[in-house]
Amino acid sequence: MIMDAQAAKQRCIEYRKRILDISQTVTALHVAPAFSCLEITDLIYHELKRDQDTFLMSKGHGCLIQYVILEKLGVLSSEDLRLYCNPAGRLGAHPDYGVPGIAASTGSLGHGTGIAVGMAYAHKLQKQDANIYLVLSDGELQEGSTWEAIATAANLNTNNLIAFLDFNDFSGLEKMSDGHPAFYPIVEKLEAFGWEAIEVDGHDAAAMHNALQKRSGNKPFMAVCNTIKGKGASFMENVAIWHYRSPNPDEYKQALAELEIEGV
Amino acid sequence: MRNRFADVFYELGKDDPRLAIVVADISPAGSIAKFREHFPDRFVNTGVAEQIMIGLCAGMCQKGMRPFAYTIATFTLYRPFEFVRDDLAYQNLPVTIVGIGGGVTYSTLGATHHAMEDIAVASAIPNMTVIAPCDPDEVSIVTRWCALENQGGPVYLRLGKAGEPIITQDAEPFKLGKIRYIKRGKGTCILSYGVTVHKALAKAGELGDVSVVNCHTIKPLDREGISQLLNNYDKVIVMEEHVPHGGLGSRVKEIAWDIGAKCKIEHQSLRDEFIHVYGTHEQVLEAHGW
Repeated sequence: MIMDAQAAKQRCIEYRKRILDISQTVTALHVAPAFSCLEITDLIYHELKRDQDTFLMSKGHGCLIQYVILEKLGVLSSEDLRLYCNPAGRLGAHPDYGVPGIAASTGSLGHGTGIAVGMAYAHKLQKQDANIYLVLSDGELQEGSTWEAIATAANLNTNNLIAFLDFNDFSGLEKMSDGHPAFYPIVEKLEAFGWEAIEVDGHDAAAMHNALQKRSGNKPFMAVCNTIKGKGASFMENVAIWHYRSPNPDEYKQALAELEIEGV
Repeated sequence: MRNRFADVFYELGKDDPRLAIVVADISPAGSIAKFREHFPDRFVNTGVAEQIMIGLCAGMCQKGMRPFAYTIATFTLYRPFEFVRDDLAYQNLPVTIVGIGGGVTYSTLGATHHAMEDIAVASAIPNMTVIAPCDPDEVSIVTRWCALENQGGPVYLRLGKAGEPIITQDAEPFKLGKIRYIKRGKGTCILSYGVTVHKALAKAGELGDVSVVNCHTIKPLDREGISQLLNNYDKVIVMEEHVPHGGLGSRVKEIAWDIGAKCKIEHQSLRDEFIHVYGTHEQVLEAHGW
C-alpha cells in the first residue's frame, strides 16, 4: 500500500492550525505535546486503522490532535471542540472514556500500555482480527508500570499491539536524555523484552508507513519515533515551558504564518 | 471461602467464555487450578506485577471480557491503587478484584500481608462496590453476581482464606446491598461482615439472646437497614477486622448521628497500629485487644 505523503502533509498543517485556533480560547492546554505526535496520530487514523481496530492515546495530554482528527472524521462535532474545557461541553485536556472515539481515560502516565495489552489480548481470546494502535510518550517509559505492560505483552504474544513511542526527549521538567542519560538506548531494551522495535522519524509519515510495512507481525511492535516537541512552531520546538503553555496572540500569528509558508 | 470461589468460578467459566482470571503470582488454590488447566488462555499470571494485573483486566473488560483480578488482599489494592482508581473505577468497568485473606488472616506474615485498611481504601473510590461475604454459601451467590449480573462498575470482594464453616443456612435470603439477619435476638445487635461474623456469633453466644446481623455489602451501604437497627436496639456492637477509621464502624456512627439515634454503639476493631506479633489468627487479634 502506498500512502499519499503530500495529502498527509496538508492535513497535518490544517490540524496544527486548528489546534492553534483552539489555543486562543483556553489558557492552559498542551499544544506542544500534541504537535509532537501529530504526524503519528494522523498516520494511524488515515492510513492504518480499520473499523475493528482501536486507537489509544496513552499520553493523554496529547489528545488535542486526537480531538481535531475525530472532528474531521465526524466522530466529534465542531460544537464539541468549541466547548473544549468548558463545563457545557464534554472534552477536557485529557481523554475521557465514554466520549465518542475515546478508548480509555488517560492522563495519568503509565496506564495506557497496560490497558492496550488487555485489549489486544481480549481480541486474541475472541479470535478477532483487530489491532490496538497505541501512542505513548517517552516519559511514560520512566513508569515501572509501562515495563510491566511491555513484559506482559511479549509473554501473551499480543502481536496485534502496534505502539508508537513519541520520543521527543522532553518531559514536563527537562530534556530527558540530560536528566536520565543512563536510560538509553530504547530500541535494544524493547527487543530484549521480546518486542519488535524500529527507530524512525516521527514527523515523516512515509518513513513511518514504510517501517510498518516491514513489520514481521509475530511480536508486539513499537516504532520509536524521533520527534520534536512543539514541531511546526519554531519558538515552541524543544522548549520545555511549552509543555503546557498556550501561545499569546502575537505568538499565535507567528505560528500561523510559519505554517502558511510550510504549506506552500 | 477461597475454595468455594474457585469452584463456582470454574463452573461459571465453563459456560461463559467472557470469564477470565488474572492473578499476580499467587498459587492457584482448589479449582482455580482446574480452571487454569481447562482454560489456560483465560488464566493469566502477570507474575509479581500488580499494576499490569489491574491494567490488563481493564483493557480486557473494555473489549467484552469479564476479568477477575485475584491475589492477596493487600496486593490487590495498595500496590496498584491508582490503576484500580483510574482504570477500573473512573472508567466504571465491571471488573472484580478478589482480595484473599482480608484483615489479619495471614497472621504469621506480618503487616505487609495484613489488609487492615482495605475497606476504607476501596470504599473511598467512587463507582466501587465493596462486598465481604461471611461464609462459602455467600461466596457462591456473590461470585455469580459479580460474574454474570453486575451491571455497574468494579467490585472489591474481600474473602477469607479456607475452611470457614457455613453459618447462613438458617439466615434470611441474601440480597445484595441489604443487611442480613443471621440470628435474631433482643436488646443488643452485633453488626459485622466477612469472616468476623463467625466471631460475632461466638460473642453473641456469650452475651445471651442478642441479634447477629451480617453487613456483607459495605458499599453501597444499607442506610435504611442500619437506621432501623440503630432505632430498634438499645445497643449496637460493630465488629470488624479493620482499623478503627473508615470502615463499617465509622459509617454506622455517621448514620447514628444523622438520624439522632439514641442507642449505645460499641466498635470492636483492629487498633490503629502495626502490631509486630506473629502467631495464629486469634493470637494476632488478641494483640489487637480482642
